[in-house]
Amino acid sequence: MGVIDQLARRLGQAPVNVSRRGFLAGSGALVLATALPLRPVRGQEIAAEAPAVTAFLELRSDGTALLRSPFIEGGQGIFTAMAQIVGEELDLAPENFSVEIAPAGGPFGIMGGYRLTGGSMSTRTGYPVMRQLGTAARAMLVEAAAREWGVEASELTTEPGVVVHEGSGRRAAYGDLAAAAMDLPVPVSPALKDPADFRWIGTALPRMDVRAKSTGRQNYAIDVEVEGMLLAALRHAPRLGLMPASVTNQAEIEAMRGVHSVQMLDGAVAVVAEKFWQARRAIDAAEIDWIEGEAQWPMPAGFSSAAFRDTLAGATGEVVEVEASGDAAGTLQSADMVIEATYDAPYMAHGQLEPPSATARFNEDGTLDLWMPCQAPEMFVGAAAAAAGLEASQITLHQQVLGGFFGRHFLYATANPFPQAIALAKAVGRPVKLIWTREEDFLRDAPRPLGLARFRGAVGPDGPTALQVEVVGEGPTQRWYQAPPGQDPSATEGISGKTYAIANTHIGQIFHANPAVIGYWRAVGHSMHDFMYEGFLDELAQAGGLDPFEMRLSMLSGSERHRTLLERVGEISGGWTPGPFEAEDGTTRARGVAMASPFGSEAAVIAEVSVDGGEVRVHQVWVALDPGQVVNPSTVEAQVQSAVALGTSQTLVEELVYENGEPTARNFDMYPILRPDQMPQVHTAIVESGAPMGGVGEPGLPAVGPAIVNAVATLTGQRIRSLPLSKHDFG
Amino acid sequence: MQLNINGATHDVDVDPDTPLLWVIREELGLTGTKYGCGIAQCGACTVLIDGVATRSCATPADSVAGLEIRTIETVEDTEIGRRVVEAWVENEVAQCGYCQSGQVLAATALLSDIPDPTDADIDGAMTNLCRCGTYNKIRAAVRSVSEA
Ligand code: FES
Ligand code: FES
Repeated sequence: MGVIDQLARRLGQAPVNVSRRGFLAGSGALVLATALPLRPVRGQEIAAEAPAVTAFLELRSDGTALLRSPFIEGGQGIFTAMAQIVGEELDLAPENFSVEIAPAGGPFGIMGGYRLTGGSMSTRTGYPVMRQLGTAARAMLVEAAAREWGVEASELTTEPGVVVHEGSGRRAAYGDLAAAAMDLPVPVSPALKDPADFRWIGTALPRMDVRAKSTGRQNYAIDVEVEGMLLAALRHAPRLGLMPASVTNQAEIEAMRGVHSVQMLDGAVAVVAEKFWQARRAIDAAEIDWIEGEAQWPMPAGFSSAAFRDTLAGATGEVVEVEASGDAAGTLQSADMVIEATYDAPYMAHGQLEPPSATARFNEDGTLDLWMPCQAPEMFVGAAAAAAGLEASQITLHQQVLGGFFGRHFLYATANPFPQAIALAKAVGRPVKLIWTREEDFLRDAPRPLGLARFRGAVGPDGPTALQVEVVGEGPTQRWYQAPPGQDPSATEGISGKTYAIANTHIGQIFHANPAVIGYWRAVGHSMHDFMYEGFLDELAQAGGLDPFEMRLSMLSGSERHRTLLERVGEISGGWTPGPFEAEDGTTRARGVAMASPFGSEAAVIAEVSVDGGEVRVHQVWVALDPGQVVNPSTVEAQVQSAVALGTSQTLVEELVYENGEPTARNFDMYPILRPDQMPQVHTAIVESGAPMGGVGEPGLPAVGPAIVNAVATLTGQRIRSLPLSKHDFG
Repeated sequence: MQLNINGATHDVDVDPDTPLLWVIREELGLTGTKYGCGIAQCGACTVLIDGVATRSCATPADSVAGLEIRTIETVEDTEIGRRVVEAWVENEVAQCGYCQSGQVLAATALLSDIPDPTDADIDGAMTNLCRCGTYNKIRAAVRSVSEA
């Protein structure tokens, strides 16, 4: 699609040799910088000038390399993938790399601009740039050797970590050439390797971080230790828009063991103490009077998610066209039978296992250091500068490896703790680490929006003849990046952007503002819209007396790629068998199928379910995923496992309910997430169609829910149009 | 109060009901033990107490005085623990990794007790949450230790 084309065009810039620019001076290292384009955030295709992103490679005299990844590691294996790609073109084994996150702005400001870790964009945007970086560095090392030996560069080859002159048998290690190479100009367009010769790209290299993460040695933001710091815990107003008037027992609290002070914040009260537990205990004891205050998105006192769902179901207003073909309205008008259904999906919490935290330290020279999780460093620095009253250049951001993210660590007003940590550090004149308890995380998370869509369709003997959908609500890209209705993919993707051939379609959005502070959740709009669309597609199949698998195949007759993928998932599941059938263990089971086209990749999923004690049990999930091409198959497989887990979790049990303006769940007791004994077996087939590289972090998720729900319909006859399944009784 | 943590006796001066989790993290500075929920739901804070996997966020410090407490930092001091860590590395279980200290210790406790666990044993013992969905790899890693 257009996004990728735009990206490809911006990738023309050659790397710049910045090793003589004064920073890192004396390191004797070759330092290359290159510009990465901004990931065009959903809806941000509208932003005309995308700023750049930096990535750096430092080749050390000992032959090892330091790679500064533009993308943060949060379990998706991106550091390893980046080393694989650069190593491939540089001809240096990935195990010789150490990878760290590239800092925001700062001395690397010659690039300026933004970057995000999200949208399943890291590998696909990084891929061409990192290859270019690696090959440029390799060419410079070769050139350095050529000059030293007085031979033509074209006579030289490389082996991993070594430049070789076959004619004379001379060899030089990269580390010994780094200092000479750093004086050379960066070649404009050195040749990239023929993918047929790839040594590391496409192989299942082990991830670099598994040992540290298996022995408790990986540090996260919550583990940051800064000399002289105090710890803080806080309590937010139960609703956004309230503010603390007073803490009636403040003196008592300040007398508690270890407590430094009580601090009033915007919409919250914090306790600062020597230890977090002391702060936590004190804030739990605080008696706070809340009064009406101000907020950009005040939460209405009576807000309930159930009532909001009904409001969306009845919403009228302008239907802004997103996609259309043929004459959907006319075809439906003249159809013998029109199928109608309304689907909805709930608010959901991110539930990343590491609770949010931030550490702030003002330095003597007035600058500010911050330690925190973040998926968009430059944006965070900008917001931190505003919060601290400083220039962005006065802020050093220490980005920490993420204890899960799933969209949690984008910049959302009121959902990130760092502005509060800054205020507290300022107030107490010492560094402060603020940790949000899980309860405060649930209260101020930016949840996946509750969404709803109204479907009308007609079906003939050969499949659907018309489809009209009104998606009602607001997407996070409108909220945070001002994408207008109809041009906000996050509001409709998964209902828009489907690949089936239906002659007459009309997909529209009715904008309806969401009172909650909504955010991006893994797979974003796809996380719910594919459930709705694929569920309705099965309803059409049923109405037309068609097999859902065969009907989908026939609707894909125009696309070899999609047919292949659907056939593949059928194959790996042992052949399409909807059931119900009796399994070996005596349970009665059924299977459902669904597809999705998320984030530049394609996915086809079959799920097998049974019902046990009134609850749905998912036994197996087969996923055929076509991300075009693959850098690390074991990472892709792990991401599919993870996406299936989250997709199953949201389908079975997840729902953030609001009553009286507050979420009723504040922790994992009232907001269950998938337990180990609920995890299905996952069978993955990676199909490399050779199409432009798509994402892998999110694409495994969207088709899981509808495959489960379609299987449940086959098994029980109950068509579920509202998630999660746990609120329905299958007894 | 005296606590025996990782083979050494530590004098800690905390309120007696301070959760063991925060004693370990804040008094001893051992941050491998994680805070995830604070209400015994997730298992990120799992430690071994006399060999039993225990959620330290809901364990008052004074209730474990005199008992042998082991955290992830010394898991490799035991043969089973060492094999569990190797299996975790070999199977590349971790994604974000935040839950994995607890998972490794839960597996160590299970395999110390039952060297060859059934699926039901694994279901019963491996109850820690993982938001990254590494459950199948966890099971495979546990299996690889028992089958080794
Ligand atoms: S932090 Fe103890 S169980 Fe979650
Ligand atoms: S690996 Fe991320 S929570 Fe388990």
